[in-house]
Amino acid sequence: MTQPFFVVEDVCLKKDNRPILNHINLSLSEGQIHVLLGVNGSGKSSLAYTLMGCEGYTSESGRILLDGKDITHTRITERARMGISLAWQEPVRFEGLPIGKYIELGASESKREKVIAALEAVSLSPKKYAYRAADQTLSGGERKRVELAAIYAMQPRLAILDEPDSGIDALSITDIARLICEMAKHNSAVLLITHRPELVEMADSASLMCFGSIIFSGSPRETSQYYQNRCEPHLNILGSQPWQISLNNS
Amino acid sequence: MGNPIKSHAFEQTSPAWAGELQSLMEAYQQAGGDPASFQMPEVATLAVSGDQVLVSHDIPGVHLYSQPLEHGVRVSVVVDDGTLVKHPVHLCFGVLPMEGIQRIEADYQIGNGAQVQFLAHCSFPNAVRVEHRMNARIHIGRNSSMSYKEEHYHGLEGGVEVYPYSEVTIEEGGQFTSNFAITRGRVGTLMMNYHIEAQKDALAELVTKVFGSGDDHIRVEETIHLNGENAHSMTKTRIAVKDKAISEVTTITEGNAPRARGHMDCTEIVRDQALAANNPIVKVSNAQAQVTHEAAIGTVNRRELETLMARGLDEEEAVDLIIRAMIRS
Ligand SMILES: Nc1ncnc2c1ncn2[C@@H]1O[C@H](COP(=O)(O)OP(=O)(O)O)[C@@H](O)[C@H]1O
Ligand SMILES: [Mg+2]
Repeated sequence: MTQPFFVVEDVCLKKDNRPILNHINLSLSEGQIHVLLGVNGSGKSSLAYTLMGCEGYTSESGRILLDGKDITHTRITERARMGISLAWQEPVRFEGLPIGKYIELGASESKREKVIAALEAVSLSPKKYAYRAADQTLSGGERKRVELAAIYAMQPRLAILDEPDSGIDALSITDIARLICEMAKHNSAVLLITHRPELVEMADSASLMCFGSIIFSGSPRETSQYYQNRCEPHLNILGSQPWQISLNNS
Repeated sequence: MGNPIKSHAFEQTSPAWAGELQSLMEAYQQAGGDPASFQMPEVATLAVSGDQVLVSHDIPGVHLYSQPLEHGVRVSVVVDDGTLVKHPVHLCFGVLPMEGIQRIEADYQIGNGAQVQFLAHCSFPNAVRVEHRMNARIHIGRNSSMSYKEEHYHGLEGGVEVYPYSEVTIEEGGQFTSNFAITRGRVGTLMMNYHIEAQKDALAELVTKVFGSGDDHIRVEETIHLNGENAHSMTKTRIAVKDKAISEVTTITEGNAPRARGHMDCTEIVRDQALAANNPIVKVSNAQAQVTHEAAIGTVNRRELETLMARGLDEEEAVDLIIRAMIRS
């Protein structure tokens, strides 16, 4: 694998005086698929927002580097134009905005073809969906597919996919896997937040987050095993929302 | 009302008015209309320029009557019982000079078991000081449905004052859908007032979309009385204001009968020094009725903005796109 072009160094984030991200280090090379595991509330989405540059998610220390350039304090638009994009875990709806129009926003050229190819890549018929609005009338699964299609059409250098599989039925996991592979083949780096074994397997590397820290990094198999052996038993004891317990104790 | 005069201008527009009709059709197109519809014999049409009826064309089951008024026209539209009107009735109202007053007194009588759509365009493309008043009384018979879509174009000066007033009665099982839009050019002053009475099993849906700029003043007042059992209503208001424009929306829904259901949904997006207000008023006088409302007034949702910015749009472009999509859809 080539040299990393995207490097996260010692990134920290606090919300309401509570640490959400602690000294995160991460690096990604072109075409690399890196999986991020971690229980609910461990900070995966917060890291995604911090890397994307969302308002209120500016790292308090450390740096985010793209091609060696410090982008820690650049805004979301600039980061997008430099090739970083995010597929949201719970994408918002847009009243009246046609899906085709939404998908073509990030595409740099031959937009029409890109829209058609992207919709087909997520198994949505372009005829049926391109002119339909990306609004409340879409099911959760449909909206998630549209989100993935938009990233696919954009072909970013770094695609951050926040649980792209949640809310999508099991059958289409293969669609998602194919789409991610294809993005990587076109040299996009993919930071993939997921728990689906089918998706974890296809990654090149993985990290495990716990209470805002990366506590383990390695091959997808090792990381997944660590997660199953160490985190899942805790989940069983503490319930599915362990961070609430820690809050009460603090 | 005096004796209605039946106009057949479609067939016999006098040469004196031919040029006027040509100009009106150009204005009609600016408001989003398609002049070709005025050439189709199977489409009922009415075109009024100032106080002149230039076109009035009936089709079987749809009758248009008109009568001159000072500064305007009295119009009466009758749809016979059981008539299912295939093509929307096309209406065009315009004032072409820079200044003028147009007063339209309109009566719509939709018989029982009828279905009809209206497509109305109001165009004042050159307006510097134009006043347009539309007083409509609409009666929708039992199990009938009427949809009324009205689009305005007021030019770029902001010198238009429009007063669309409607009183609508929907009989048992009837439906009324209204779509009102001013989304291009300036608004000027819009004082809109709709008053709806819905009987048993009736349905009313009012959608209003306005984009105000400059010193435009927008006032939307809608009152719905759900008087019949199982009557339903929905008001959906989408307004964007920028510069120093003002928008005031008051929607009142009364649930006065068992199983009456009303919902009011208002979004107003505010930029620059613009002002927006929303007063949803709920009155329920029957314990089995329910009226709900939702409103979002102010800036564009941050998450919506960031989603578009993550595709490379800057903040201004993202706001524009969100507003245009919301208003134009
Ligand atoms: N805006 C916020 N303000 C305060 N706390 C937040 C905010 N966003 C997230 N958190 C907290 O940060 C922690 C991590 O959340 P999140 O990143 O969504 O986790 P994950 O994506 O791993 O489920 C949670 O405890 C959550 O409650
Ligand atoms: Mg999350």
